[in-house]
Amino acid sequence: MTTAEEAVHIISHARAVRQARTVAVIGVLAMLVFVTFCVSLSLGDFKIPVIDVVKTLFGGGDKATEFIVNRLRLPRALTGLMVGAALGMSGAIFQSIARNPLASPDIIGVTYGASAFAVFAIVTLGMTGLAVSGFAIAGAILTAFIMYVLAWRHGVSSYRLILIGIGIGAIATSITSFLLTKARVEIAQQALIWLTGSLNGRDWSNVQAMTVTLAISAPLSVWLVHRLRILQLGDETAYGLGLRVESSRLGLIVVGVFLAAVATAAAGPIGFVAFVGPPIARRLTRSPGPAMITSALIGALVVAVSDLIAQHAFGETQLPVGVVTGVVGAPYLMYLLARTNRVGSGG
Amino acid sequence: MENSVEKPETKHSLAAEGLAVGYDQRQIIADLSVEIPTGKITVIVGANACGKSTLLKTLARLLKPSKGRVLLDGKSIQSIPTREVATQLGLLPQSPTAPEGITVADLVGRGRYPRTRWIRQWTKADDEAVADAMTSTSVLELADRPIDELSGGQRQRVWIAMALAQETDILLLDEPTTFLDLTHQFEVLDLLVDLNKRDNRTIVLVLHDLNQACRFGDHLIAMKNGAIVAKGNPADVITEEVVHDVFGLHVKIIPDPVAGTPMVVPLGRHTTRTDRVQDMVASNSAVAALAASAAANGVCKPSER
Repeated sequence: MTTAEEAVHIISHARAVRQARTVAVIGVLAMLVFVTFCVSLSLGDFKIPVIDVVKTLFGGGDKATEFIVNRLRLPRALTGLMVGAALGMSGAIFQSIARNPLASPDIIGVTYGASAFAVFAIVTLGMTGLAVSGFAIAGAILTAFIMYVLAWRHGVSSYRLILIGIGIGAIATSITSFLLTKARVEIAQQALIWLTGSLNGRDWSNVQAMTVTLAISAPLSVWLVHRLRILQLGDETAYGLGLRVESSRLGLIVVGVFLAAVATAAAGPIGFVAFVGPPIARRLTRSPGPAMITSALIGALVVAVSDLIAQHAFGETQLPVGVVTGVVGAPYLMYLLARTNRVGSGG
Repeated sequence: MENSVEKPETKHSLAAEGLAVGYDQRQIIADLSVEIPTGKITVIVGANACGKSTLLKTLARLLKPSKGRVLLDGKSIQSIPTREVATQLGLLPQSPTAPEGITVADLVGRGRYPRTRWIRQWTKADDEAVADAMTSTSVLELADRPIDELSGGQRQRVWIAMALAQETDILLLDEPTTFLDLTHQFEVLDLLVDLNKRDNRTIVLVLHDLNQACRFGDHLIAMKNGAIVAKGNPADVITEEVVHDVFGLHVKIIPDPVAGTPMVVPLGRHTTRTDRVQDMVASNSAVAALAASAAANGVCKPSER
């Protein structure tokens, strides 16, 4: 029989072990992200040694390096990191709310809705740049709203949310295809590049938009993640623990949609980042929780590495980043579906 | 909160007044009033779909009654902030879900949610409450194990520990034994009696097995078609007439040879198998009674929900 003192020690020790692992994983990931970031800044038509990149970032370095790094390459790299982080967090939120790894914004309709609206803006209204982003955000929010309203019946059940999300995603996809077939070839091609998700030609305006988004949603997420951990236990248990279940879920969905929408607006629907990031994060930290920070870092890392590959691995041909994330993400989706089928549960 | 100091004095009371509850258009409970005896174990029994889980969920404020109200300390439970209710009333749903890979200590720790604020850090008091909850449910040695690896009985004890970490005077459990084998059923029920005796905790649970209800309940509530047919101590409630009324089954009631509480022996259509009955009566009456109890268990089998 253990004494009360020892029991308390066991509990605090177990907690310390859990936290230590998470902190270690976050530390290592942050380093990896930084290294990838520096490497991506150093590569290009004009190669710059990584050490000079680091110097330039911290204010040193000569004029030419500063121009290339800060002006030409930094916006793209920063946008990539922040888009990845936003997608990772959004995925973590959605998957935890629904208690289902399939429920990421790129599997349920949110990003499809954004795409349909963006393609409408490009193809039918002939818009470019920021206007397309605006339409994408509007599309994501409208899709999420419709999804939530349709899934509502005395509260929103996760299962209904996913099924309705997939249904709305299918509708949005067919609208997108319809618009593309009606469009002239050159315009359709432009729309297709947007649809694959690309970081080409991102400038400081994208960085600004992403910074503002993260600055708003990061504190909100920290505040809401506490509730998310309770929501994961199922609605009834969460009610029993005194959580205001519906308002918490709505708040979390709003933050999740906002993150996914702005990320999609900035770089197009980069597939599978929100989908694979959080499960990897949970596995690394061995944490059952949403693992928000780790998911954000994994998301950033996946986008940064993918963009590095997309830009430099194929010689002259530069691919949109979404092609690379798709190649990694699609097999995981198949694995997950196969495994889910075997287990016979929604994960 | 002040109740940590004067905990023995501030016992919370739970009652319902003129409840009407339903899902969508279907009304389950029409007009039900009940008082839950403080510091006792109350068991709600009844046939499938008689509204016993609905009553428990309404008492736990999971369902909002269309008429009437649930009273916690004489105040309408809907008017009290839900987080405050959670410091007085704990709930274990019928099939709670745990996130994949969560460890026992982590899960039990989440029971502290109503007593923490996001701004306030985890304190020693929280560790103590978790440790105490895990000690009294004997799951302390499982602290680092993922919950998916545990047996059904262990898992149920962990969930009870989570509800205990809330440190509430009232604990509601919806069919806590349904998915357990006989050994684990008794393990959980014995544990509930321990918790009731140790802290004078008010416990309300839904059970399917009438013999277990009689043995472990201080107070029974028998329900039929969303209304209370009988309530009181087991000997008064579990009579041949009431059981027939509630379950539509003819039974004999005999004293439980172990506990002395009422024991239900069903009379099915094929009971009078003279060849076997004579064998049994010949050996001894206690064996006969136990065999009959086993039969009763078979009849009162938990629904497969």
